[in-house]
Amino acid sequence: MREIASGEKGEMYSYFPGCTSHSTAVEYGLSIKAVLKALGVSLVEIEDWNCCGAAAVHSMNKLLSLCLPARNIAMAQKTDLELVVPCAGCFNMLKRTERALKTDPEMRREVESTVGFTYQEDLKIRALIDMVVNGIGFGRIEEKVQRPLTGLKVACYYGCALVRHPKVTQLDDPENPQYLDTLMSSLGATAMEWSFKTDCCGADLALTHGDFVVKLVNRIVGMAQEAGAECLVCSCGLCQINLEMRQDVGALGLPVFYFTELMGIAFGLEGTKWWSKHMISPSTLLDSLSLR
Amino acid sequence: MDKPMTTVELPDIEGRQTFLAEVQERCGENLGLCYQCLKCTVGCPTAPYMDFNPNTIVRLIQFGLKREVLESNAIWLCVSCETCGTRCPNEIDIGLLMDALREMSLEEGYRAKEKGVVALHNAFMESIRRGGRVHEATMLMEYKLRSGDYWTDLIPGMKLFMKGKIPLLPGRIKGIDSIREIYKKTQKQRKVLEDREGKSK
Repeated sequence: MREIASGEKGEMYSYFPGCTSHSTAVEYGLSIKAVLKALGVSLVEIEDWNCCGAAAVHSMNKLLSLCLPARNIAMAQKTDLELVVPCAGCFNMLKRTERALKTDPEMRREVESTVGFTYQEDLKIRALIDMVVNGIGFGRIEEKVQRPLTGLKVACYYGCALVRHPKVTQLDDPENPQYLDTLMSSLGATAMEWSFKTDCCGADLALTHGDFVVKLVNRIVGMAQEAGAECLVCSCGLCQINLEMRQDVGALGLPVFYFTELMGIAFGLEGTKWWSKHMISPSTLLDSLSLR
Repeated sequence: MDKPMTTVELPDIEGRQTFLAEVQERCGENLGLCYQCLKCTVGCPTAPYMDFNPNTIVRLIQFGLKREVLESNAIWLCVSCETCGTRCPNEIDIGLLMDALREMSLEEGYRAKEKGVVALHNAFMESIRRGGRVHEATMLMEYKLRSGDYWTDLIPGMKLFMKGKIPLLPGRIKGIDSIREIYKKTQKQRKVLEDREGKSK
């Protein structure tokens, strides 16, 4: 088992990085490591984890879509730690599987025999944002803030997978969630009120139907701009890349942050070398507020 | 007015009830509860591009119009964002319904109107089978070959590559055999899939 971010106080979580943490969402992975280390939280990467299957698999084969996350659950069970998942998409797939295992005995038997494990109901699966907000808590976060994000106007974008279906994710409010907004306020930023927090950005169809996904993206980013935001903040690898890559940069050009990146800035962490990884550089915006 | 009221004769399709029952059995949702309030369709991000709106899909299933449903583009344009299911006043999870319809359509060999979407899903699934995790570069290459769409997104793809966000070499997890075993045990419709892909090329 590989430790990726080791803290000092002995607070530990099991960690499922997800495929994008090593590729298109590399800055999410880097900032998670840095921020949790600063907060004294250790993450223990699940041994030999595999892809959650994402939308592709549950669209094609239900049983496989439950068995792939189940293999990760089986690995995570070997520790007594709560399982933390940063990407909203992976989180959703793991929670779907958890729900099937808990509520459908017949399916549970089938998944258990296919994967070859016995499910233990006490394994807790949490989204990273939930662990940060409710596990670590705003008190400890505010203590760490050295460089408040004063003047930074953000639109918090939750997307679909984090909050829906609520019977699966059991996280925040599905229509007007608050976790990211409250977190941003505690870092000193201004979270703008807007109505597209949970509107889907269509990332799953970005490769096959780019024409209308561009419309969905521009509507979301356009609404963020209209609400007065200068950037967006999210917690999903697919949302981030879709919103940054498909928006009309000329007319909009709003950078999209992972929430952990903004925590890193507010904590005054050095070595934030991942800015160059953004498709829309946040440098100008951060410089204008003396945040870089 | 003595003009007689217009009536619509529903086609007498054999197995009409069977289709409804089959769909309900698979997705576990009670579609009889739908009273066509249209909340699902109003919130759906991709409904404007669907041949049938989500509420219409439910109605068509009630009518037993199997081919219309399983050959619709709607089932492939649904992005499973779950806005519909979250808002349905009768708690019908249309996201789960769509998953069930896609699976049925594949298993029974219906022609998928959105070949690109099916090609992408297949490329994604194959990528996991090969390495245990998704490897973007080879996955995208396979998608391009399967779909025949070589040029779209080449420039954004290159930009990502230049930023070091698309690792070149695929990895493989240690327990790849257990992944392959899971695939083998769950892939009952595999043959049908490959045959259909072959035909559509």
